[in-house]
Amino acid sequence: MKGPDHVFDDRSPGVEEYEPTASYWSYTAGVGLAILATIASFIVSQTHLLWPPGIPVGLVVLAFAQIGVHLVFFLHLGSGSDNTNNILALAFGVLVVALVIGGSIWIIANLNENTMHLNEMTQMHG
Amino acid sequence: MTTETLDRIATAVPTELARGRGGGGPASKRVVVAYGFWIFILSDIIMFSALFAAYAVLAGNTAGGPTGRELFNLHKVFIETLCLLLSSYTCGLGALSAERRQPARFLFFAALTFVLGAAFVVIEATEFAGMVEQGAGPTRSAFLSSFFTLVGTHGAHVTCGLLWLVYLTAQVMVKGLTAPVLRRLLCWSLFWHALDIVWIGVMTLVYLMGVG
Amino acid sequence: MLGKLTWAAIPFNEPLPLLSAVVILIVIFALLALITIKGWWPYLWNEWVTSVDHKRIGVMYMLLGLVMMLRGFSDAIMMRTQQAIAIGPSQGYLPPEHYDQVFSAHGVIMIFFVAMPLVIGLMNFVVPLQLGVRDVAFPTLNSVSFWLTASGALLVNASLVIGNFARTTWWNYPPLSELAFSPGVGVDYYLWSVQISGIGTLLTGINFVATILKLRAPGMTYFRMPVFCWTALATNMMIVAVFPILTATFMMLLLDRYLGMHFFTNDAGGNQMMYVNLFWAWGHPEVYILILPAFGVYSEVVATFSGKGLFSYRSMVLATLGICVLSTMVWLHHFFTMGAGADVNAFFGMMSSIIAVPTGVKIFNWLFTMYRGRIVFTTPMLYSIGFMVTFVIGGLTGVLLAVPPVDFVLHNSAFLVAHFHNVIIGGVVFGAFAGYNYWFPKVFGFTLDERWGKAGFWCWLVGFWLAFTPLYVLGLMGMTRRLQHIPDPSWRPWLLVAEFGAIVIFCGILCQIAQLYVSIRTREQRRDVTGDPWNGRTLEWATSSPPPAYNFAVLPKVETIDAFWEMKRRGLSTAEPAYEAIEVPRNSATGFVTAFFAVATGFALIWHIWWMAMVGVLAAALIMLVSGWSDEREREITATEIAQLERNRLVPGQPAE
Repeated sequence: MKGPDHVFDDRSPGVEEYEPTASYWSYTAGVGLAILATIASFIVSQTHLLWPPGIPVGLVVLAFAQIGVHLVFFLHLGSGSDNTNNILALAFGVLVVALVIGGSIWIIANLNENTMHLNEMTQMHG
Repeated sequence: MTTETLDRIATAVPTELARGRGGGGPASKRVVVAYGFWIFILSDIIMFSALFAAYAVLAGNTAGGPTGRELFNLHKVFIETLCLLLSSYTCGLGALSAERRQPARFLFFAALTFVLGAAFVVIEATEFAGMVEQGAGPTRSAFLSSFFTLVGTHGAHVTCGLLWLVYLTAQVMVKGLTAPVLRRLLCWSLFWHALDIVWIGVMTLVYLMGVG
Repeated sequence: MLGKLTWAAIPFNEPLPLLSAVVILIVIFALLALITIKGWWPYLWNEWVTSVDHKRIGVMYMLLGLVMMLRGFSDAIMMRTQQAIAIGPSQGYLPPEHYDQVFSAHGVIMIFFVAMPLVIGLMNFVVPLQLGVRDVAFPTLNSVSFWLTASGALLVNASLVIGNFARTTWWNYPPLSELAFSPGVGVDYYLWSVQISGIGTLLTGINFVATILKLRAPGMTYFRMPVFCWTALATNMMIVAVFPILTATFMMLLLDRYLGMHFFTNDAGGNQMMYVNLFWAWGHPEVYILILPAFGVYSEVVATFSGKGLFSYRSMVLATLGICVLSTMVWLHHFFTMGAGADVNAFFGMMSSIIAVPTGVKIFNWLFTMYRGRIVFTTPMLYSIGFMVTFVIGGLTGVLLAVPPVDFVLHNSAFLVAHFHNVIIGGVVFGAFAGYNYWFPKVFGFTLDERWGKAGFWCWLVGFWLAFTPLYVLGLMGMTRRLQHIPDPSWRPWLLVAEFGAIVIFCGILCQIAQLYVSIRTREQRRDVTGDPWNGRTLEWATSSPPPAYNFAVLPKVETIDAFWEMKRRGLSTAEPAYEAIEVPRNSATGFVTAFFAVATGFALIWHIWWMAMVGVLAAALIMLVSGWSDEREREITATEIAQLERNRLVPGQPAE
């Protein structure tokens, strides 16, 4: 297609050719936030700043935050209508990741709890 | 073109042809290639998620052997993380330079990205070698098999990314910043940022939770 | 030097494999000789092997699927016969170590090298035409995908001649598939052939998602796309989402086997249920990947041969997307019996029942499409009606099995075997045959013979029910699957009926071969000169039969659903449009060369010929470097050439857009 096809085009992730705010600013802010999140993760995991049983949750929250920073500041994923395909694809991907990881953990934990361990079985036969 | 002009054009055409509605006919090559690569990245992340799931399930199966707490060195992990994160930063700056058709600046940032990425790989390789020497290699237990596979697959991706960067830099030097080369650089930077995203997961789930 | 490969790998002392190997090799050499004598190599290389045209690739996929169906079916007849004979005192003719390979190969071949190629082949040919564009998003990658799939098929068949195949069922569960219990090459043949073709399939998924979402004719918004394209989109999104799981799972098993790791071993903390869990997290969406394109075919066929637009387009789209999402949430129903608690089993049981709802919506939509339509009972329409009856019954038995306590009794019984063949044959295979008959004239320029087509349909329908109804009964009587020897003589009458059913299916296959032969011989009488033999509704019928390389000289401007029907309704313009030059992708040998080294690498890894594997990997890297450098990937067809081509094929009644 000729002419200003980017008027009709969707935006692809990572393209900043005609993005008005595309700049060193965006990347600098992104890496700054990401470094902060990283340091925070290490502090949370190595000290008692957070209530100990809540540490895993805190770490996961920080990880999601940092991933969000990457998606927005480095990959320029936004909420405009030209980004819909990118966001939907990401959403489906996130769903499958959650099912695979969460589902596997739930299922295997359940199986481990409800079935005999190999050690127990061999001990049965003495 | 200013944002105002673009907006006027956008509102002057039928809504179905405007951004995001899908009636505008075939998209430009750059958009198609970038979107296709984005889908590939998502599929790769799903592959990693299966490896993450295996790690999560097998992390406790140390078979009487060494555990994460005994093996992981968080100082090294912190340095690795910073190397990869900063390489994402220099990658972004390089992408900007490429888009603005500034080959010299691009090559500078590409070199920085390479050095930082290579530092990551070297630190990780020494970590692995050290563990194997201690008898904590991937054949010792299910925990170690899943650790080496998850973290090693990520490291292998980073290594391939570095080789690919060298290859693309050669293309830039020989052909200049042409449209096809720019498309490939776009794919490469998507790949590189995605690897940093996966590393956030590794850092959190494997190292920080494994030691805490 | 040659790893584990020795002369002992060739089955000189086993009559059956030796005989099949000899027959296959004779056929292959005869074919190669014929091609050489007739001088067809340049034509085949330039027009087919190096083609990146989606239409050519689609045909090659279909050919692969149909040929492999013959191999998969011969495995089926062998099993049926063994089970019909080996009852009570008789041991039959297939010893267990062979029978196990036969049922394993049957499953692997039918799923990965028949069903997948058939649906991918249909999508390849039809989707770009229905979208009103010239090709898929990444044509060279498309060629790579096909050739990688063919590589996997080649490796599986090589196991017949050199070495043996896996004996571990088509799922290949550890610990049986670990080195300790399967030290031979069989499991490695399985893993490498499926891993290699899996990469091809993943690339197809990426290709088609990008194509359907980013490359459509001007004016074709999402809700003006044909339903076949919607089902293709859902299918390919699922491929992208779940094939990486299979890749990772097989990678872990390969690491266990090759590098001594402990993901799934009995010792050092391995967890075999994790394999089962991950395998089915892929495996369940896989069967929906197979059925959704078939659903798309039925939507097209039923609408066309009822002379009506599809009933409730929106609910059809929503149902498709619903199936796409829900299918990722049911996978535990494949291992209800493995000891999960009631909460887990109940959740997945309920999800498995819920997923029947969107499918029910689709069935009603097809029925309402037919209601008050003007129905034409062509072969594709017969397959569609046969599907509606057969698949619904098969789906109902599935909902029955979705209830965990019922599954505790029927898991891995003959009842289960009947259920999944019911839905796969009644759904996927009938859909592939309907699509094959429906789009054949578009592909080759002449319709298929209707009489042989209908004969084939009736044989398949009757044969299927004869072959599998007994298995439902036997499952309820307690017969498990995969039995090499039948312990209970009271099962004999049922097994004989099943054997007879398989023979009737075989007659159906013969009818289909006859149909092709007769159609080719009498093709002049059934030439499709208008490009629209069925009074179709979608854009592929707006092209000539076969379409030119560039599909559309001018991309159609779409304003409604069923764009071609609307164009016909408004009257087709005969004015010649202003032609512009078109860029088409050049042919590329990348796909074929990649596949060549994939086969070599796979074979080398199977037989532990490490130097050869290294050469293969380096060659793959080299191919990527070479093909990733060039920028001159297109060639131009000038406006004059296009005008010439278009004028030559313009016939009254042929739309010129």
